Amino acid sequence: MGRYVLRRLLQMVPVFLGTTFGIYLLVWALPGDPFAGKCGERDCPDSFVAAMNEKYNLDDTIFVQYGKYLWNLLRGDFGETFSGVPVSELIANAYPVTLRLALVALAVEALIGVTAGVVTGLRRRGFLDSLVLVSTLFLISIPVFVTGYVLQLLLGLEWGIINPTVSSKAGFGELIVPGFVLASLSMAYVARLTRASIAETRRADYVRTAVAKGLPQSRVVGVHMLRNAALPVITFLGTDLGAFMGGAIVTEGIFNIPGIGGLIFKSIQSKEGATVTGLVVLLVLVYLVMNLLVDLLYGVLDPRIRYD
Amino acid sequence: MKARMRTTVVLAAATLLLSSCGGGGDDAPGTGNTEGAISVFNTEPENPLVPGNTTEFGGGQVMDAMFTGLIDYDQQTTEVKNAVADSITDVDSKVYTFKLKPGWKFHDGTDVKAKNFVDAWNWTAYGPNATQGAPFFSDIQGYDEVNPADPDGKSGPQPAPAPTTDKMSGLKVIDDTTFEVTLKNSSPVFKVKLGYEVYSPLPDSFFADKAAFEAKPIGNGPFKFVSRQVGADVKLTRFDEYAGMDKPKFKDLTFRVYQSREAAYPDLVGNQLDFIEELPPNALAGQQHKTDLGDRVVERDSLINQTLAFPLYQEKYKNPDLRKAISMAINREEITTRIYEGSRQPADGLVHPLLKGYQKGQCGELCTFNPEKAREHLAKSGFTGTLKIISNSDGGHSEWATAAANSIKNTLGIECVFEPATSLGDFRGKINAREMTDMYRAGWVADYPSIENFLNPIYRTGASSNDGEYSNPEVDAKLAAADTASSEEESIKLYLEAEKMILNDLPFVPLWTQNTIGGKSDRLSSAKLSAFRKLDLTSVEVA
Repeated sequence: MGRYVLRRLLQMVPVFLGTTFGIYLLVWALPGDPFAGKCGERDCPDSFVAAMNEKYNLDDTIFVQYGKYLWNLLRGDFGETFSGVPVSELIANAYPVTLRLALVALAVEALIGVTAGVVTGLRRRGFLDSLVLVSTLFLISIPVFVTGYVLQLLLGLEWGIINPTVSSKAGFGELIVPGFVLASLSMAYVARLTRASIAETRRADYVRTAVAKGLPQSRVVGVHMLRNAALPVITFLGTDLGAFMGGAIVTEGIFNIPGIGGLIFKSIQSKEGATVTGLVVLLVLVYLVMNLLVDLLYGVLDPRIRYD
Repeated sequence: MKARMRTTVVLAAATLLLSSCGGGGDDAPGTGNTEGAISVFNTEPENPLVPGNTTEFGGGQVMDAMFTGLIDYDQQTTEVKNAVADSITDVDSKVYTFKLKPGWKFHDGTDVKAKNFVDAWNWTAYGPNATQGAPFFSDIQGYDEVNPADPDGKSGPQPAPAPTTDKMSGLKVIDDTTFEVTLKNSSPVFKVKLGYEVYSPLPDSFFADKAAFEAKPIGNGPFKFVSRQVGADVKLTRFDEYAGMDKPKFKDLTFRVYQSREAAYPDLVGNQLDFIEELPPNALAGQQHKTDLGDRVVERDSLINQTLAFPLYQEKYKNPDLRKAISMAINREEITTRIYEGSRQPADGLVHPLLKGYQKGQCGELCTFNPEKAREHLAKSGFTGTLKIISNSDGGHSEWATAAANSIKNTLGIECVFEPATSLGDFRGKINAREMTDMYRAGWVADYPSIENFLNPIYRTGASSNDGEYSNPEVDAKLAAADTASSEEESIKLYLEAEKMILNDLPFVPLWTQNTIGGKSDRLSSAKLSAFRKLDLTSVEVA
């Protein structure tokens, strides 16, 4: 197991270099002058543009630029935005918020999704099963921004249960509704995935054996069935956390959450290359780590797939 | 992206406070809650918070509240008033002497002295400091030595030569409260510009430690800095030793950063946010804002105009008859009433109606919808082919551009379509690189309230915003004469003549001037928009 982990960690290095270089190339080599729209309807003064080019090494070749960027990154320096704010400060402000949002969303997704999946998987074709199937179909077919705006309008403006937007502190309580919106789509998938997986394992030999042995229902379902049925679900949840961290642009936009998604979107629009690269580098790391964790969890859940 | 549109709001005004010294009666402090706190919509400042380097909306709002310059503009009438300056005297509009009022202090307790202005202006103009505000000092003698022009343009291989000095020879400190400015050429309009925030004074501590200043800026305006959380908010509080005439009638001011106007709007409707100076397009659609806000809608005309520019470097648009045909084929009345429900007014010239000296009907029949004449001009031009209107499509520009294209197409009977650009950056990039293939959206937001600002930067040969490469030596001569006229009246007269000459060439099609529609929360018993498309902080009263 130790060697496996080590090998996986080493594999991460080329993946990390490849992805970050790709991103750096995409961001800085994009056609268009990053300072074109920066001074409004007039051109920026020459001295301003020259100083900016110098600051971001834009006069070097792309490889030298990337080398310099990577060297700074390894020393923990993410660079500065055009406005002179350290990117690390932006990340330090935005990351905890996004992490909280992603955790809330993941909790909602896992709790509601898995529960609904288990219940319907055990009792197929009942009323509850139809209800879950219809409601998940409903969730899947509605775009996230509709769910978001409707909940904001109803809960926030009409009934006044929540604030229409999230404050800059963005505590856990405020994030429940946005988290639900963010998770709604995946929640439906998790429910359906769990349902199918449970239904399949229900007919497995070892479940029949467990029932025949007279084990209580809770143990049969909780330990024998869920453990095996959870494999595909875990894979889905793991990669979803990564998706939540980077893909919450719509939800963050609606509820004005100062998180990573909106920051990336805005930085791409204003060609803030240093910010985009810094943020995406972190997202790549999150994906890599989550993938590793998922793979390791496989071994724990199903001893047959232990790695040497 | 909407926010980027407003980076044009290089708008001036170390704002606040000087509105109407005489009218203290009905808006005297004491009405309402003078210890109140308000929150105002903002976008993330794009530059470090230094006035000389801030020319966009998000930072500009903060700088406006924190700094006061030599003069100030009345937020409602745009009239010019002395602020820190006690008196401004000039010799032939070329050598200006500024005497400062005593008693003005920076937020750190130091006095505002003549040298604070001189040092700040020198710093901003100095090339290697790379400020966005540097070109505003190009009138002053010695600017070319501190900020030498790049010999082959910024895209050329050569770097700009190093400046020989970091002090402009035209600036001279006489004593603590007096300084003298010598311009390269006489310019009656120079003193009108000085309310723009890039001309603000900077305290000594700025020059000692710039990084510390950027972290906690120190101004001399009505509000002082409390804290800033990047991406979330900037908090200010009233500066009680402020020496200006009109002190704010509330205490704490928070500029809240929103991801978009759309995100801020629900907060305004729900009274979680106190003011947005411009509502998002989706709130204006179908008059939704009137249902949502009722009497909390705040509206007024502002110093903005919208035009259609021609890339005169393209062979296609060199014929003035084609340009005239296009202008006369656009039904401004119909577009402004149908699309903007009357919040835009058809333009009849290049100069904004709010400005001193504005004259009605300068453009005459060239800016009036006249299908017959339009077709006549088209026939005279001999043009055949297709036309396009290029614009960024965000910020509500696609609607009118489509309508204008249709108007041209239906009137002239030639193909004309709206072609959206991918983003404002891409759009500006092509304009700057002179790569525009067809006519495109242009517009102007006043830097300072003067006719000059609507002509010189746009229509003079080689001027900073003359993107269409318009050039007419006679116009240049007329503008130069107006710039250096001995009196303001004379100079206004000459500017108006220049305007008429430009309109005769029609390098731009004037479209309309603009109202700004904002909104306030029900916590504010009074809040007005300024002519500069910002919240007039002096008008704010908390219920």
